[in-house]
Amino acid sequence: MTASHPRWSLSYIAFVLHRLSGLALALFLPFHFLVLGLAIEGEAALDAMLIWTESPLVKFAEWGLVVLFGLHLMLGLRVLMLEWAPWSGGLRHGWVFAGVALALLGGFGFLAGVIG
Amino acid sequence: MTEARLYALQRLSAVVMAPLVITHLITIMIAVQGGLTAEEILARTQGLSIWAVFYTVFVLAVAVHAPLGLRKILIEWLKFSTRLANGVALILALGVLALGLRAVMAVTGGGA
Repeated sequence: MTASHPRWSLSYIAFVLHRLSGLALALFLPFHFLVLGLAIEGEAALDAMLIWTESPLVKFAEWGLVVLFGLHLMLGLRVLMLEWAPWSGGLRHGWVFAGVALALLGGFGFLAGVIG
Repeated sequence: MTEARLYALQRLSAVVMAPLVITHLITIMIAVQGGLTAEEILARTQGLSIWAVFYTVFVLAVAVHAPLGLRKILIEWLKFSTRLANGVALILALGVLALGLRAVMAVTGGGA
């Protein structure tokens, strides 16, 4: 980061959130693929794992991943627009807050689906 | 590959994935309603070949995007040499690609 991006400015927080959410998603990816790959062995093998994912702790982790997924998407779109689109001051702050809000909304949608 | 080309690949894969991620998130919210079962997942993914195309493109893009992101973290935060980070990223890309395509075949019935 340059001097124009002092530590813990909103832009820097957005950068860190984008990077850490990407890291978490990347670490989750192999497990996601391995679980889906169980379908090669048949429905029963996949179902055995899916039953395990019904536990509240796993559901909470899944909720976190959904929120991080939405957050990484929104902050990634912000990077693309900052780099490629005409400069807009709103992208600096408004988009970050909108991104967090939409990610949490996505998390709420996930919870509503799980509970409902 | 030059840093500029890796940067372009990272952004290109992001552009490809953005609509896929939105679709995937919406699918997740619909799929979790009433609990997840293998029968329900496979009925959705094996019914239409469009899902095979969707997930294959998704895996190809993420196999580029995620390792390049991790490469940046290795270089900037963990002070890896560019050469070592490139090697790690390449291995991760091949691993994600193999596991991802295997998962696509598993849930779509061989991509048919």
